[in-house]
Amino acid sequence: MFDLLGTTLPSRLLLGTAQYPSPAILADAVHASGTAVVTVSLRREMAGGKAGEKFWSLIRSLGVRILPNTAGCHSVKEAVTTAQMAREVFGTSWIKLEVIGNHDTLQPDVFGLVEASRILCEDGFSVFPYTTDDLVVAERLLEAGCKVLMPWCAPIGSALGPVNMTALRSMRAFFPDVPLIVDAGLGRPSHAATVIELGFDAVLLNTAVARAADPVGMARAFGKAVEAGREAFCSGMLEPRDVAVPSTPTFGGAVFS
Amino acid sequence: MKLTVNGEAHEIAATTLDELLAALDYEGDWLATAVNSDLVHKSKRAEFQLSDGDRIEILSPMQGG
Repeated sequence: MFDLLGTTLPSRLLLGTAQYPSPAILADAVHASGTAVVTVSLRREMAGGKAGEKFWSLIRSLGVRILPNTAGCHSVKEAVTTAQMAREVFGTSWIKLEVIGNHDTLQPDVFGLVEASRILCEDGFSVFPYTTDDLVVAERLLEAGCKVLMPWCAPIGSALGPVNMTALRSMRAFFPDVPLIVDAGLGRPSHAATVIELGFDAVLLNTAVARAADPVGMARAFGKAVEAGREAFCSGMLEPRDVAVPSTPTFGGAVFS
Repeated sequence: MKLTVNGEAHEIAATTLDELLAALDYEGDWLATAVNSDLVHKSKRAEFQLSDGDRIEILSPMQGG
Protein backbone atom coordinates (compact mmCIF):
# COMPACT_ATOMS: atom_id res chain seq x y z
CA MET A 1 0.00 0.00 0.00
CA PHE A 2 1.17 3.48 -0.79
CA ASP A 3 -0.14 6.80 0.50
CA LEU A 4 -0.18 9.49 -2.17
CA LEU A 5 -1.50 12.90 -1.08
CA GLY A 6 -3.85 11.27 1.40
CA THR A 7 -5.03 8.59 -1.01
CA THR A 8 -4.08 4.99 -0.29
CA LEU A 9 -3.07 3.19 -3.45
CA PRO A 10 -2.44 -0.54 -3.84
CA SER A 11 0.38 -0.09 -6.37
CA ARG A 12 3.38 2.15 -6.89
CA LEU A 13 2.93 1.97 -10.64
CA LEU A 14 1.08 4.74 -12.48
CA LEU A 15 0.24 3.94 -16.09
CA GLY A 16 -0.38 6.02 -19.20
CA THR A 17 -3.26 5.19 -21.53
CA ALA A 18 -1.79 6.19 -24.92
CA GLN A 19 -0.44 4.16 -27.85
CA TYR A 20 -2.04 0.79 -27.06
CA PRO A 21 -2.96 -1.42 -30.03
CA SER A 22 -6.65 -1.37 -28.99
CA PRO A 23 -8.93 -0.20 -26.18
CA ALA A 24 -9.35 -3.82 -25.05
CA ILE A 25 -5.60 -4.27 -24.71
CA LEU A 26 -5.39 -0.99 -22.80
CA ALA A 27 -8.02 -2.25 -20.35
CA ASP A 28 -6.30 -5.64 -19.95
CA ALA A 29 -2.91 -3.96 -19.44
CA VAL A 30 -4.29 -1.68 -16.74
CA HIS A 31 -5.74 -4.66 -14.87
CA ALA A 32 -2.61 -6.79 -15.33
CA SER A 33 -0.33 -4.03 -14.04
CA GLY A 34 -2.21 -3.69 -10.77
CA THR A 35 -2.11 0.11 -11.13
CA ALA A 36 -4.70 2.28 -9.44
CA VAL A 37 -3.88 5.52 -11.28
CA VAL A 38 -3.91 6.16 -15.02
CA THR A 39 -3.03 9.29 -16.92
CA VAL A 40 -5.35 10.79 -19.52
CA SER A 41 -5.41 13.90 -21.66
CA LEU A 42 -7.72 16.25 -23.56
CA ARG A 43 -7.92 16.90 -27.29
CA ARG A 44 -10.05 18.80 -29.73
CA GLU A 45 -13.37 17.05 -30.28
CA MET A 46 -14.80 16.98 -33.80
CA ALA A 47 -18.25 18.47 -34.30
CA GLY A 48 -20.77 15.72 -33.58
CA GLY A 49 -17.91 13.45 -32.55
CA LYS A 50 -18.16 10.80 -29.87
CA ALA A 51 -14.50 9.70 -29.62
CA GLY A 52 -14.04 11.40 -26.28
CA GLU A 53 -17.16 9.87 -24.83
CA LYS A 54 -16.12 6.34 -25.84
CA PHE A 55 -12.68 6.71 -24.32
CA TRP A 56 -14.03 8.33 -21.17
CA SER A 57 -16.56 5.55 -20.57
CA LEU A 58 -13.81 2.94 -21.04
CA ILE A 59 -11.60 4.69 -18.48
CA ARG A 60 -14.44 5.02 -15.99
CA SER A 61 -15.16 1.29 -16.32
CA LEU A 62 -11.61 0.46 -15.17
CA GLY A 63 -12.28 1.63 -11.62
CA VAL A 64 -8.99 3.50 -11.30
CA ARG A 65 -8.10 7.01 -10.27
CA ILE A 66 -7.52 9.59 -13.02
CA LEU A 67 -4.46 11.79 -13.36
CA PRO A 68 -5.09 14.17 -16.28
CA ASN A 69 -2.08 15.71 -17.97
CA THR A 70 -1.34 18.93 -19.84
CA ALA A 71 0.67 17.17 -22.55
CA GLY A 72 1.57 19.30 -25.54
CA CYS A 73 1.37 22.60 -23.68
CA HIS A 74 4.29 24.92 -24.36
CA SER A 75 3.23 27.98 -22.40
CA VAL A 76 2.07 28.72 -18.88
CA LYS A 77 -1.28 29.99 -20.13
CA GLU A 78 -1.92 26.89 -22.24
CA ALA A 79 -1.02 24.60 -19.36
CA VAL A 80 -3.14 26.47 -16.82
CA THR A 81 -6.23 26.59 -19.03
CA THR A 82 -5.83 22.93 -20.02
CA ALA A 83 -5.55 21.98 -16.34
CA GLN A 84 -8.72 23.91 -15.56
CA MET A 85 -10.55 22.25 -18.46
CA ALA A 86 -9.32 18.83 -17.30
CA ARG A 87 -10.60 19.47 -13.78
CA GLU A 88 -14.03 20.21 -15.16
CA VAL A 89 -14.19 17.15 -17.42
CA PHE A 90 -12.52 14.56 -15.20
CA GLY A 91 -13.77 15.83 -11.85
CA THR A 92 -10.37 15.71 -10.12
CA SER A 93 -8.03 18.39 -8.88
CA TRP A 94 -5.01 16.16 -9.58
CA ILE A 95 -3.03 17.36 -12.58
CA LYS A 96 0.15 16.07 -14.16
CA LEU A 97 1.61 19.40 -15.18
CA GLU A 98 3.69 19.44 -18.34
CA VAL A 99 5.09 22.66 -19.75
CA ILE A 100 7.26 21.55 -22.63
CA GLY A 101 10.29 23.66 -23.45
CA ASN A 102 11.67 21.91 -26.51
CA HIS A 103 9.92 20.10 -29.36
CA ASP A 104 12.72 17.60 -29.96
CA THR A 105 13.79 16.63 -26.45
CA LEU A 106 10.38 17.21 -24.81
CA GLN A 107 12.38 18.66 -21.95
CA PRO A 108 10.24 20.55 -19.45
CA ASP A 109 10.40 24.35 -19.44
CA VAL A 110 11.19 24.46 -15.76
CA PHE A 111 10.71 28.23 -15.50
CA GLY A 112 7.21 28.02 -16.94
CA LEU A 113 6.60 24.91 -14.87
CA VAL A 114 7.27 26.73 -11.60
CA GLU A 115 5.05 29.65 -12.63
CA ALA A 116 2.19 27.40 -13.75
CA SER A 117 2.54 25.31 -10.57
CA ARG A 118 2.14 28.41 -8.41
CA ILE A 119 -0.99 29.50 -10.27
CA LEU A 120 -2.57 26.05 -10.14
CA CYS A 121 -1.69 25.33 -6.50
CA GLU A 122 -3.27 28.64 -5.51
CA ASP A 123 -6.32 27.57 -7.52
CA GLY A 124 -6.69 24.42 -5.42
CA PHE A 125 -5.00 21.88 -7.69
CA SER A 126 -2.79 19.02 -6.52
CA VAL A 127 0.02 19.56 -8.99
CA PHE A 128 2.21 16.65 -10.13
CA PRO A 129 4.96 18.52 -12.01
CA TYR A 130 6.85 16.72 -14.77
CA THR A 131 10.31 18.09 -14.08
CA THR A 132 14.00 17.36 -14.41
CA ASP A 133 16.28 16.05 -11.66
CA ASP A 134 17.50 19.60 -10.89
CA LEU A 135 17.42 20.18 -7.14
CA VAL A 136 16.95 23.95 -7.26
CA VAL A 137 14.00 23.62 -9.59
CA ALA A 138 12.61 20.98 -7.24
CA GLU A 139 12.88 23.41 -4.32
CA ARG A 140 11.10 26.12 -6.33
CA LEU A 141 8.31 23.70 -7.19
CA LEU A 142 7.84 22.84 -3.52
CA GLU A 143 7.83 26.56 -2.65
CA ALA A 144 5.16 27.03 -5.33
CA GLY A 145 2.95 24.59 -3.45
CA CYS A 146 3.65 21.21 -5.06
CA LYS A 147 3.43 18.29 -2.61
CA VAL A 148 4.86 15.72 -5.01
CA LEU A 149 7.58 15.83 -7.67
CA MET A 150 7.87 13.83 -10.87
CA PRO A 151 11.42 13.95 -12.22
CA TRP A 152 12.30 12.35 -15.53
CA CYS A 153 15.05 9.74 -15.59
CA ALA A 154 15.54 10.07 -19.36
CA PRO A 155 13.65 11.78 -22.22
CA ILE A 156 9.98 10.87 -22.73
CA GLY A 157 9.56 7.67 -24.73
CA SER A 158 13.33 7.06 -24.95
CA ALA A 159 13.32 3.79 -22.95
CA LEU A 160 16.85 4.64 -21.81
CA GLY A 161 16.17 4.06 -18.14
CA PRO A 162 17.92 6.05 -15.39
CA VAL A 163 20.78 7.86 -17.14
CA ASN A 164 21.92 9.84 -14.10
CA MET A 165 21.80 7.70 -10.99
CA THR A 166 23.81 10.24 -9.02
CA ALA A 167 21.21 12.95 -9.63
CA LEU A 168 18.38 10.62 -8.67
CA ARG A 169 20.17 9.60 -5.47
CA SER A 170 20.75 13.26 -4.60
CA MET A 171 17.13 14.07 -5.19
CA ARG A 172 15.97 11.27 -2.89
CA ALA A 173 18.44 12.38 -0.23
CA PHE A 174 17.53 16.09 -0.48
CA PHE A 175 13.80 15.52 -0.26
CA PRO A 176 13.34 12.55 2.07
CA ASP A 177 9.73 13.41 2.91
CA VAL A 178 8.43 14.44 -0.51
CA PRO A 179 6.72 11.80 -2.64
CA LEU A 180 8.97 11.34 -5.69
CA ILE A 181 7.64 9.64 -8.79
CA VAL A 182 9.98 8.89 -11.67
CA ASP A 183 8.10 9.94 -14.79
CA ALA A 184 9.43 9.41 -18.29
CA GLY A 185 12.30 7.46 -19.78
CA LEU A 186 11.74 4.01 -18.27
CA GLY A 187 12.09 1.23 -20.81
CA ARG A 188 12.28 -2.03 -18.89
CA PRO A 189 10.96 -3.49 -15.67
CA SER A 190 14.53 -3.57 -14.34
CA HIS A 191 14.69 0.23 -14.80
CA ALA A 192 11.56 0.61 -12.68
CA ALA A 193 12.94 -1.76 -10.04
CA THR A 194 16.20 0.19 -9.98
CA VAL A 195 14.64 3.56 -9.20
CA ILE A 196 12.25 2.06 -6.66
CA GLU A 197 15.25 0.38 -4.99
CA LEU A 198 16.77 3.86 -4.72
CA GLY A 199 13.79 4.85 -2.61
CA PHE A 200 11.61 6.59 -5.19
CA ASP A 201 8.01 6.27 -4.18
CA ALA A 202 6.51 5.30 -7.51
CA VAL A 203 6.98 5.29 -11.27
CA LEU A 204 4.82 6.59 -14.09
CA LEU A 205 5.26 5.04 -17.52
CA ASN A 206 3.39 4.54 -20.74
CA THR A 207 5.38 3.77 -23.90
CA ALA A 208 7.37 0.88 -22.42
CA VAL A 209 4.13 -1.01 -21.83
CA ALA A 210 1.96 0.23 -24.68
CA ARG A 211 4.55 -0.38 -27.40
CA ALA A 212 5.78 -3.74 -26.11
CA ALA A 213 5.08 -6.75 -28.30
CA ASP A 214 2.72 -7.95 -25.56
CA PRO A 215 1.51 -4.91 -23.60
CA VAL A 216 -0.48 -6.99 -21.12
CA GLY A 217 2.51 -9.19 -20.28
CA MET A 218 4.76 -6.15 -19.99
CA ALA A 219 2.26 -4.38 -17.75
CA ARG A 220 2.28 -7.38 -15.44
CA ALA A 221 6.09 -7.47 -15.51
CA PHE A 222 6.34 -3.80 -14.54
CA GLY A 223 3.87 -4.34 -11.71
CA LYS A 224 6.01 -7.15 -10.32
CA ALA A 225 9.23 -5.18 -10.78
CA VAL A 226 7.88 -2.26 -8.81
CA GLU A 227 6.76 -4.59 -6.02
CA ALA A 228 10.14 -6.32 -5.96
CA GLY A 229 12.01 -3.01 -5.95
CA ARG A 230 9.99 -1.68 -3.03
CA GLU A 231 10.38 -4.84 -0.98
CA ALA A 232 14.12 -4.75 -1.64
CA PHE A 233 14.33 -1.09 -0.58
CA CYS A 234 12.48 -1.86 2.64
CA SER A 235 14.61 -4.95 3.33
CA GLY A 236 18.01 -3.26 3.39
CA MET A 237 20.27 -4.10 0.47
CA LEU A 238 23.97 -4.85 0.74
CA GLU A 239 26.40 -2.19 -0.36
CA PRO A 240 28.66 -3.31 -3.21
CA ARG A 241 32.21 -4.35 -2.21
CA ASP A 242 35.40 -4.58 -4.22
CA VAL A 243 36.58 -7.82 -2.59
CA ALA A 244 35.19 -11.31 -2.51
CA VAL A 245 33.49 -12.42 0.68
CA PRO A 246 32.76 -16.15 0.97
CA SER A 247 29.12 -16.96 1.49
CA THR A 248 29.83 -20.44 2.86
CA PRO A 249 31.25 -20.41 6.41
CA THR A 250 34.99 -21.15 6.41
CA PHE A 251 35.03 -22.38 10.03
CA GLY A 252 35.19 -26.14 10.45
CA GLY A 253 36.24 -26.98 6.91
CA ALA A 254 37.87 -30.40 6.33
CA VAL A 255 41.62 -30.53 5.77
CA PHE A 256 42.77 -33.20 3.33
CA SER A 257 46.47 -32.55 3.06
CA MET B 1 -20.40 36.25 -36.71
CA LYS B 2 -16.94 34.94 -37.59
CA LEU B 3 -15.55 32.51 -35.05
CA THR B 4 -12.63 30.12 -34.94
CA VAL B 5 -13.65 26.77 -33.48
CA ASN B 6 -10.89 24.25 -32.78
CA GLY B 7 -8.70 26.06 -35.28
CA GLU B 8 -11.27 26.19 -38.08
CA ALA B 9 -13.06 29.31 -39.31
CA HIS B 10 -16.85 29.35 -38.98
CA GLU B 11 -19.58 31.85 -39.86
CA ILE B 12 -22.27 31.23 -37.29
CA ALA B 13 -25.40 33.01 -36.09
CA ALA B 14 -25.07 31.74 -32.49
CA THR B 15 -24.67 34.46 -29.86
CA THR B 16 -23.91 32.33 -26.79
CA LEU B 17 -21.49 29.46 -26.28
CA ASP B 18 -24.38 27.08 -25.62
CA GLU B 19 -25.99 28.02 -28.93
CA LEU B 20 -22.68 27.53 -30.72
CA LEU B 21 -22.30 24.01 -29.32
CA ALA B 22 -25.84 23.14 -30.41
CA ALA B 23 -25.35 24.65 -33.87
CA LEU B 24 -22.22 22.57 -34.44
CA ASP B 25 -23.81 19.38 -33.04
CA TYR B 26 -21.70 19.17 -29.91
CA GLU B 27 -23.34 17.54 -26.93
CA GLY B 28 -22.33 15.67 -23.81
CA ASP B 29 -21.06 16.40 -20.31
CA TRP B 30 -17.55 15.20 -21.19
CA LEU B 31 -16.74 18.37 -23.13
CA ALA B 32 -14.71 21.31 -21.84
CA THR B 33 -14.78 24.74 -23.43
CA ALA B 34 -12.46 27.73 -23.56
CA VAL B 35 -12.89 31.08 -25.27
CA ASN B 36 -9.82 33.12 -26.16
CA SER B 37 -7.67 30.79 -24.01
CA ASP B 38 -9.80 31.10 -20.87
CA LEU B 39 -11.94 28.29 -19.47
CA VAL B 40 -15.69 28.82 -19.71
CA HIS B 41 -17.41 26.59 -17.15
CA LYS B 42 -20.23 24.34 -18.26
CA SER B 43 -22.63 26.27 -16.05
CA LYS B 44 -21.67 29.58 -17.72
CA ARG B 45 -22.08 28.56 -21.36
CA ALA B 46 -25.71 29.63 -21.65
CA GLU B 47 -24.96 33.18 -20.56
CA PHE B 48 -21.55 33.52 -22.23
CA GLN B 49 -21.90 36.05 -25.06
CA LEU B 50 -19.66 35.43 -28.05
CA SER B 51 -17.98 38.23 -29.98
CA ASP B 52 -16.81 38.44 -33.55
CA GLY B 53 -13.35 36.92 -33.88
CA ASP B 54 -13.53 34.78 -30.75
CA ARG B 55 -11.37 31.66 -30.66
CA ILE B 56 -13.19 28.70 -29.13
CA GLU B 57 -11.64 25.43 -28.04
CA ILE B 58 -13.86 22.39 -27.44
CA LEU B 59 -11.96 19.50 -25.88
CA SER B 60 -12.83 15.99 -24.79
CA PRO B 61 -11.02 13.10 -23.07
CA MET B 62 -8.29 11.29 -24.95
CA GLN B 63 -5.46 8.86 -24.28
CA GLY B 64 -2.48 10.37 -22.50
CA GLY B 65 0.83 9.45 -20.94
